Amino acid sequence: MLLIRCPWCGDRDEVEFRYGGQADVAYPTDPHELDDAEWGNFLFVRANPMGALTERWVHTAGCRRWFSVVRDTATNEMTPDIPRRRESR
Amino acid sequence: MTVLHRVETDLAEADTATAAPRHSPLEHRGAEFERATALGPRGVRLREEPFLTQLNLRVPPDDAVSEAVAEALDLTPPAANKVSGDEGRALLWLGPDEWLLVAEEERARGALRAVRSAQQDASGSSVDVSANRTTLRLAGPAAREVLEKVCSLDLHPRAFSVGDCAQTLLGRTVAVLWQVGPDPEYRVLVRCSFAEYLADLLLDAMAEFLEG
Ligand SMILES: [Zn+2]
Repeated sequence: MLLIRCPWCGDRDEVEFRYGGQADVAYPTDPHELDDAEWGNFLFVRANPMGALTERWVHTAGCRRWFSVVRDTATNEMTPDIPRRRESR
Repeated sequence: MTVLHRVETDLAEADTATAAPRHSPLEHRGAEFERATALGPRGVRLREEPFLTQLNLRVPPDDAVSEAVAEALDLTPPAANKVSGDEGRALLWLGPDEWLLVAEEERARGALRAVRSAQQDASGSSVDVSANRTTLRLAGPAAREVLEKVCSLDLHPRAFSVGDCAQTLLGRTVAVLWQVGPDPEYRVLVRCSFAEYLADLLLDAMAEFLEG
């Protein structure tokens, strides 16, 4: 079981959280400009590095706030994504 | 947060004298709780504290409005994961912009009106959620051991003590956990529809402390 640090509540069991996928996926400026392949890329294609990935998590069973962390996908080691912390309510 | 919600549900202001008799989710289990009471140095007891008034308050953090709201309630703004006030009338921290007022009915009269006049036109909300949860009270020297069986938080006094609160999982249900006394004594606020489940879970965890 992972121990995940909620920026508000502190260390909690993984089961209290839900995963929100890769962070910082920007919405297209003009979706109508996109062809089907580009729209499909925006919807479904995400980075899949072996190493650091910035992710969204939500503390579902606690304060119900969204926040970002940088997770090493090889080791599951998590570090807070500090600059985003307070905007992620 | 720019949307202004003013839900006009106002249970706290309702005239309860003319209302139909109320029923709490665990009212039929009082005798069972009584029988499960364990006495002595490893004692623990469980009971329901029904009908506490609960107001969910969304207030902008680090803001004059949050100060004004707390002042209107004659309480201080709670620090993160803490409770301000006494157990008869308290503000629980639920999030960076969210508090829960928990108070005995008599001490909650006019609270919603006071909060709303303090909020004025600022963003946020104030909603009476008294019917959302009921309250279980778990007390006695073994209360912490009982809770630890169903909760993954560190409840040792070095990490969790009187005046602390947390929203967390107890078994499979979400609850608001609040330590009200050093004995230790806890209040557990749980959704009405999960109250039976949580009561079953706690009674099972208490069984080993019952003598004989
Ligand atoms: Zn949290």
